[in-house]
Amino acid sequence: MTDNSGASLSGGSSPSREGSGPGRVARSGPISRSALAQRMSLLGWSLVLLAGAVLGAVLATLWITSISIAALGAGIPLTLLATVLVRWFADLHRQWAADRLGEPVPARPYQPTPDAGWPVRLWTILRDPATWRDWIWLVVNSITIWLSCGLSLLFFVVGFVYLTYPLIYQLTPSQVFRTPMGEGFRLHSVAQSFGLVPLGPVFLLLWYVTAVRLANLNARVIRALLGPTEQARLRARVQQLATSRAETVDTQAGELRRIERDLHDGAQARLVSLGMSLGLAEQLLPNDPQAVQQLLAEARESTSSALTELRDLVRGIHPPVLADRGLDGALKALALVNPIPTTVVTRLPGRLPAPIESAAYFAVAEAVSNAIKHAQAQQIGITVEFAPHRGGAAGELTMLVSDDGRGGASIDSGTGLRGIVRRLAAFDGTLTVDSPPGGPTEVRMSLPCVS
Amino acid sequence: MRIVMAEDLALLREGLIRILRANSFEVVEAVDNGPALIRSLTTHRPDVAIVDVRLPPTFTDEGLRSAIEARRQIPGLPIMVLSQYVEQIYARELMSDRAGAVGYLLKDRVTDVDQFVASVRQVATGSTVMDPDVVSALLTHRSTDPKLLELSPREHEVLTLMAEGRSNAAIAARMFVTEKTVSNHSNNIFTKLGLKPSEDDNRRILAVLAYLQG
Repeated sequence: MTDNSGASLSGGSSPSREGSGPGRVARSGPISRSALAQRMSLLGWSLVLLAGAVLGAVLATLWITSISIAALGAGIPLTLLATVLVRWFADLHRQWAADRLGEPVPARPYQPTPDAGWPVRLWTILRDPATWRDWIWLVVNSITIWLSCGLSLLFFVVGFVYLTYPLIYQLTPSQVFRTPMGEGFRLHSVAQSFGLVPLGPVFLLLWYVTAVRLANLNARVIRALLGPTEQARLRARVQQLATSRAETVDTQAGELRRIERDLHDGAQARLVSLGMSLGLAEQLLPNDPQAVQQLLAEARESTSSALTELRDLVRGIHPPVLADRGLDGALKALALVNPIPTTVVTRLPGRLPAPIESAAYFAVAEAVSNAIKHAQAQQIGITVEFAPHRGGAAGELTMLVSDDGRGGASIDSGTGLRGIVRRLAAFDGTLTVDSPPGGPTEVRMSLPCVS
Repeated sequence: MRIVMAEDLALLREGLIRILRANSFEVVEAVDNGPALIRSLTTHRPDVAIVDVRLPPTFTDEGLRSAIEARRQIPGLPIMVLSQYVEQIYARELMSDRAGAVGYLLKDRVTDVDQFVASVRQVATGSTVMDPDVVSALLTHRSTDPKLLELSPREHEVLTLMAEGRSNAAIAARMFVTEKTVSNHSNNIFTKLGLKPSEDDNRRILAVLAYLQG
């Protein structure tokens, strides 16, 4: 049979969206307008950050001074005020570094300040390691910023100055700008100063090549000093795991209860009734063969119904076709019986681990059934793709379910997406929805996995 | 009629053999895994094979794969596939060589012994038999097809029975009408779906299934 029904199954490729983090534009080969604009904006930032570093040094001094006079009493409110300023200042830098590196902004590392007297607050602040990390950063930053932003700015300014040296020579009084390379090298005429012009492009090129790297270097310094410590990261991770585990346990317990109830009221009850029919038939056999025939027919009917119920139950636990054919085959089988035309595109390296396959299958199936129920769609698309991390079998499985329906879906609108989020959370998976009113809707899910 | 059977669960294997022998089939060999099935089919060349989808050693769709492989070696070898569940995708694969002589039924259809035996004989004579579940899923899948919506309820019923693999005579008996009426209905169906009419039951069934599967 041909494959071009409503469900066209293909393993072909479709254009994939490329994330455009700020760092990626820089690698686009020849000098383009956007690359230049980006460097000019970084140049502006260098100025701002340098000024900020000076301010930071002032803050660091203010802070350490207020602490040292805290014993006098007046130092306490001053320290509290300075702390607020320092933290605000550090937050701005966290934000900038995260934007620069294309990473999510890290959570604030500070311990909550208790609603108590000033001495207690001061004590909390002093005991918070994040406070001291902030201070260390202020001090370190006031030096390192010159090696990153300062250097970048210097390259640009020097390049610009050399490029326009004859003009500067002409416009400035004699004795100024006459020794561009130190005392040993003195210029005597404008003509001589033209010899310096070629140095301009050299420095500007140096600036152009290093601008993004130096800005990233600065961002990394900020991240290293202001980002969450390993301990804080682990604490957040433990918290997240505890939450998702509790949800998983809840969901699983609910599932087991449902299965137990289905078996109890369904197949089990049918077997009991089957046994009754057969028992009665056995008893009636010598005297009433007519009734026995009737009973046997009923018994057969009963087995059929029990089997149907068991089959539905099994599909809900683990679809047999998923066990047989893996995610690829199971999704194609799903598309084939969908009342709305559904296309499936998969790019998978063979079979994935069974728990991942199962989680991915149910997530996609749930998203598809959501689209059928709520979206009034004409067409549904499923794209499942495995992207390996560099140098390893581990990677990320992304699942995209899109429809051309009426949109307006969200995780909080109670349309079943919340359940998928919970299912995926057990595997550190995520779900995002893009569904403007009027559509189209795109549900993007991802699961980290070891292939 | 000589039969080769593949079923790994002893309980079901013995039950099936009992039913088949009681209906005067000869079970020449009953195997319990995929590789043995291919071997047995190529040596015995039975009139029909009865195969469970899930078989060792992989316990996935080994039976189905082995059956398709055997049919590649012996084109048109009649095969009846039984399973605890039916999947469109497997029905498609079984029918993909368009040679007919395949059946795909839920295991519990065996409990209607007369119907099951009739289906096995039908497959042995080159016809196609599809489980009512497969057919109803196909019809649901095509529920928005305007051509199918044009059919009258009676024609729809005939179409369903035809897709399950029943001959005109069987449909007539089932619907308590004459064979002539069924023949009229089926001509109407073929016209409305834009298919080439055929007098041969087997070809008609294949055409209808091909249409439903797209």
